[in-house]
Amino acid sequence: MATDLSRFRQTFIDESRDGLDAMEAGLLGLERGQADADTINAIFRAAHSIKGGAGTFGFGTIAAFTHRVETLLDEVRAGSRAATAELIAALLAAVDVLRGLIDGAAAGASDDPSACVDVAARLQALLDRQPAVAGPAVPAGPADTAPAGWRIRFAPQPEMVAGGNDPVRLLRELATLGEATVVADRSRLPALEALDPEALHLAWTVTLTGPAATREAILAVFEWVEGECELDVAPLEARRDAVSPASAAPAPTAPPAAGGGGPPAPAVGRGAAAPVPGDATSLRVSTAQLDELGNLVGELVITQSMLGQIGRDFEPRRLEQLLSGLAQLERNTRELQESVMRIRMVPISFAFNRFPRMVHDISARLGKKVHLRVTGEGTELDKTVIEKIGDPLVHLVRNALDHGIEPPEERRAAGKPEEATLTLAACHRGGEIVVEIADDGRGIARERVRAKAVERGIIAADAALSDEQVLDLIWHPGFSTASEVSDLSGRGVGMDVVRRNIQALGGGVELRSREGAGTAVAIRLPLTLAILDGQLARLGAQVFVVPLVSIVESLKIDPGQLGELAGRAQVYRLRSDYIPVLRAADAFGIPASAGSAGGMLMVVESDGRRAGIVVDELLAQQQVVIKSLEANFRAVPGLSGATILGDGTVALILDVPGLIGMTHRGGDGSRHGHPRDGLAVAA
Amino acid sequence: MSAIAADAGAPAGHAQYLTFVLAGEEYGVDILRVQEIKGWDVPTPIPNTPDHIRGVINLRGTIVPIVDLRRRFGLPVAEYGPMTVVIVLKVHGADRQRIIGIVVDAVSDVCSVGGDELRPPPDFGGAVAVDFVRGLATVGGRMTILLDIDQLLDAVTAPAA
Repeated sequence: MATDLSRFRQTFIDESRDGLDAMEAGLLGLERGQADADTINAIFRAAHSIKGGAGTFGFGTIAAFTHRVETLLDEVRAGSRAATAELIAALLAAVDVLRGLIDGAAAGASDDPSACVDVAARLQALLDRQPAVAGPAVPAGPADTAPAGWRIRFAPQPEMVAGGNDPVRLLRELATLGEATVVADRSRLPALEALDPEALHLAWTVTLTGPAATREAILAVFEWVEGECELDVAPLEARRDAVSPASAAPAPTAPPAAGGGGPPAPAVGRGAAAPVPGDATSLRVSTAQLDELGNLVGELVITQSMLGQIGRDFEPRRLEQLLSGLAQLERNTRELQESVMRIRMVPISFAFNRFPRMVHDISARLGKKVHLRVTGEGTELDKTVIEKIGDPLVHLVRNALDHGIEPPEERRAAGKPEEATLTLAACHRGGEIVVEIADDGRGIARERVRAKAVERGIIAADAALSDEQVLDLIWHPGFSTASEVSDLSGRGVGMDVVRRNIQALGGGVELRSREGAGTAVAIRLPLTLAILDGQLARLGAQVFVVPLVSIVESLKIDPGQLGELAGRAQVYRLRSDYIPVLRAADAFGIPASAGSAGGMLMVVESDGRRAGIVVDELLAQQQVVIKSLEANFRAVPGLSGATILGDGTVALILDVPGLIGMTHRGGDGSRHGHPRDGLAVAA
Repeated sequence: MSAIAADAGAPAGHAQYLTFVLAGEEYGVDILRVQEIKGWDVPTPIPNTPDHIRGVINLRGTIVPIVDLRRRFGLPVAEYGPMTVVIVLKVHGADRQRIIGIVVDAVSDVCSVGGDELRPPPDFGGAVAVDFVRGLATVGGRMTILLDIDQLLDAVTAPAA
């Protein structure tokens, strides 16, 4: 049993974290005046499950602490205590303490009661005070709306009877509340030879109707066995997912395999993925599962390109290869299908969730009034991308709060509403996802940016720069416009790091700002990091892959348009622009193959900067699976990874932003180039 | 541990080595680190890397770098022939385990070397790099150089010269 418990401990920790997130979201909602019964109930439920779980897994401190939180919430729920700002602040502090305790529990640390003493005292003080009569802001909970009846699922743990709790007594007590129909669920009952006569293997579903049957009364019946059973009390009409009338046998809830050694309940035909009622929108996927899915897709793409190759130049002696390829394809498809049933993309709300609290705390500290508007939080993208954009997003949001948004007086003076709006928006655009962080603050003062850049020696005092070029200075390493360094941002580790992180993910950043009207930063990100559309190109005897998204155009080189600057950098005249030229063959030390005097120029763009890459020949376009060079080797400048071609050989993937960086560092070619290239030179 | 070694056919205190030939000399690597032995395949060269990194190959979906031991040890370069083999090794680095392949002239044998048979390499006073030599042993009357493959990792992870 001990091992069983440790298995579910991780689940408890995960669920508690989710619960804390839910509590926090609910509390922030309450603060905004969203004091409806649903919100309060959601907060209460989360606290209640944390308490129950903590008790079960022996985290006494967490259980005792949560008990206070729960008691307060219960009073709010019952309408006997108003959700005052003081109460909400105390509860938010409690959420933080709990988070710390849960983290400690996850790390295997023993309970440290000292961590929560302060907040516990604060809660106790609130508790000791006579609860104020609820203001009209708190409407009655559903408990008071008296539903037609209740459906109670009671699944005690096998050892509950050992504590002297008699389920029959509980059921009898329930029956005193109204008319009860009890259906026993015997599905956990093991075969006779495996039966432990001292353990309890039954579960019950009770349909209870009657005027005395309130949620409180029902919960009171089970008060003593809390933590020793699974209890689910739901109003009857809320159970729309029940196919048959409420009196039907086993509830659709999948009984977790916890503790029971018996066979799974027959009702659970849907497997482990069966949604728990009321929790249908949430999903937890382990990273290992996601990786597995990535691997499967990878294999599939390899198989597909292998088959494509066989098909292109087919001859009878390759029949065996074709058949084995098809068999492999079939296997890949099946595995993939199974995996997809289990795993889905993750909504970006996973990355957005932390912001309501963060905005609340920071704006309170800065004395600013900020309303956070989040749209498109359901937009789904690859979990790995989600994990990596968290920090850049935090940075941008902090920047907006700290530098962008003005204090209320300043806003009033500028004729704007006192409460600023900070928008976090996500949407799909093409094969990319766009995340925008926008504020309606003071915008970026061009003159201050300019002055700062001159002061830092980034540009010359008399440099003639367009508005756009001035804005671009923000991305310069070591640049920060904050007049004074605060503890929030403005240490100068700012925007260049953000941009580098986003670029490392294969995305890009754009900044728009109007003085006095606000600033918006748009982040473009690929949906996935595992596969890219590539253009195969031959350089010498070797095939390289260039990501299709970075190619602007490819053209035959006209030697007349090719020029040299200062004898070391090459430029190409592309219509009215000059772009720096990178001879990949030279950069990579590959001997150019004979007979490719002209070659092709691939015009690539990254982050507004363009360059031309000379290749010998353009080959097919295909999807490639990105494989890490670093896993067994190390990072190589100019390469972002490798992939496996249809014939099983390895092709290297060019790192276009890196290569463009090389051309801009290496030569003066960009001086007369693309307007924005000037910045790189100024650097 | 000793029980496992005994099961594997080696007396207690002995370790088993896979031996191979390189420019006429006999070398050995800890057999527990050997993942597999495969024939020579032309790898994909990687730009801007030292000469002894021959490139990378696709080992069932994993990108594996190939190190030419002759070049790494500064021995005369040989043509790759039908006997040329790649020994795929698991190398433990500071942060994680990596898979690398080493190109050798031919694989010869598996032998068992006792701890007391292992002699430290003579000190050449820095004239010869001996960091990747674990010791010398005489196997079947021939001197065998037993390699410490974890030290070979620097051949892979060091930045381009």
